[in-house]
Amino acid sequence: MNVLFDNLPLYGLGFLGTIELFVVAAIGSLLLGTILAAFRVSPVPILRAFGTVYVNTIRNTPLTLVLFFFAFAYPRLEIADISFFWRASIGLVLYTAAFVCEVVRSGVNTVPVGQAEASRALGFTFGQTMGQIVLPQAIRSVVPPLTNVQIALLKNTTIAAGFSVVEAGGIYANLSERGYNVFVGLLWVALGFLILVIPLTLLQRSLDRRWSTSR
Amino acid sequence: MTAAAVLYDIPGPKARARNLTFGVVGTGVVLAALAFVIYRLVVTGQFDGRLWTWITYVNIQYLLLGALGNTLSAFGVAAVLSLAFGAVFAAGRLSEHRWLSVPSTAVVELFRALPLLVLIFILFFGVSRGLGVNIPAFWAVVIGLTLYNGSVLAEIFRAGVRALPRGQSEAGYALGMRKTQVMTTILLPQALRAMLPTILSQLVVVLKDTALGYIILYPELLYQARFLGSQGQLGAPILQVAMVVAVIYIAMCLILSGLSKLLERRLRKSPRGGELDPKAMADAENEVTTAQAQGGGGVGPL
Repeated sequence: MNVLFDNLPLYGLGFLGTIELFVVAAIGSLLLGTILAAFRVSPVPILRAFGTVYVNTIRNTPLTLVLFFFAFAYPRLEIADISFFWRASIGLVLYTAAFVCEVVRSGVNTVPVGQAEASRALGFTFGQTMGQIVLPQAIRSVVPPLTNVQIALLKNTTIAAGFSVVEAGGIYANLSERGYNVFVGLLWVALGFLILVIPLTLLQRSLDRRWSTSR
Repeated sequence: MTAAAVLYDIPGPKARARNLTFGVVGTGVVLAALAFVIYRLVVTGQFDGRLWTWITYVNIQYLLLGALGNTLSAFGVAAVLSLAFGAVFAAGRLSEHRWLSVPSTAVVELFRALPLLVLIFILFFGVSRGLGVNIPAFWAVVIGLTLYNGSVLAEIFRAGVRALPRGQSEAGYALGMRKTQVMTTILLPQALRAMLPTILSQLVVVLKDTALGYIILYPELLYQARFLGSQGQLGAPILQVAMVVAVIYIAMCLILSGLSKLLERRLRKSPRGGELDPKAMADAENEVTTAQAQGGGGVGPL
């Protein structure tokens, strides 16, 4: 208990950093991921190809490596001096967007073909078909797995602790400097993550249950 | 859906012109971004021969080969152990005995909710201070990977068994088989077969996550990349080493992913199977996508 209460400000700062990073990266990855998904179902072959190449490359790259590039290699390019926090955010956005894209795209694919055919038969354009028929139905099958991807993102933010971003994953280093028991300290970090992740998981499951039965 | 083909008409002359414009603009933007990066690489002298000479040193080649070996051995051991862990806990969760299924569920849920990095920290930094047992970096990585990926695999196995038609187990019971016999001779072989592509994609996650070993100074690829990248005599070629290591990682993962896709295609073609519950299969797929989204690595203290 002492480990937690003596270092309450440290834990507060750490988890605040986690949440900040999570919110920034979540918003960014949802935007970029949706754009990529639009690329991947668009009628323009070259855009489809870009989307596919991006997703396949990123999905087969360890996040470590993405962040490694932003931490050590990016400064060598001397483009602009960005703080570690934003570099970590960009890395997380680029990485997570590939998974958001896959979820959105496969969500579009779960809508029965007949729906799109019917709307085409009624003379709807591509934009109308997507906006009024397909996407509203796809949302049901997209939101639960999307929540899952965001939970994964929340857990991934720990990695940014390695970039001197003030973050829950880095709490152990400070504790060991101050001479506290790292084992107990880390268990509190784990508990903190459980508290953050479990409500999201429950939300995801209840959405999944409610929306999968109503179809 | 066989595609997007239903979403729009076969383009006429006007639409084709419009699509061409989009294509040209999109390509322009992407190429411009790429060109900018390459321009910066050239301007900052990253393509200078001096920064690439390290590749020609035999010692460095051996160093990287050894690092690759370390990465692969961590991957191999963790993959085997996760499969075993997954099988045991899937069986536990499917059991009708509450004293087995409740703890199994708790374990699987717990390890899926924890960030893998925190798990590895607990094993490597925590256990030695707290319990006085020193775990070497290799085992900290392997055990961490096993607990996390084993839990995900347990869910995949379970989804596979549940996706089988009920008639399979009913037929087994009608023939007078016991519960264990039905599970081991009827359900598991079919589930394993159906889930093989999904299991392979999960192994890609294991491979990617070995990069986490870098943080606790397990001498795998990324660790050696950092080491080489900070060598002054070589001109501190961190960017160049990172590029080479990236190619190695991506190539290894693409091979595994390709294998998984190949298997999936072959299984879909084969006459057997194909009666699986699509909802349960989709659940398993989601499980993997999520795990892959998590499947990251980490970067150690600077």
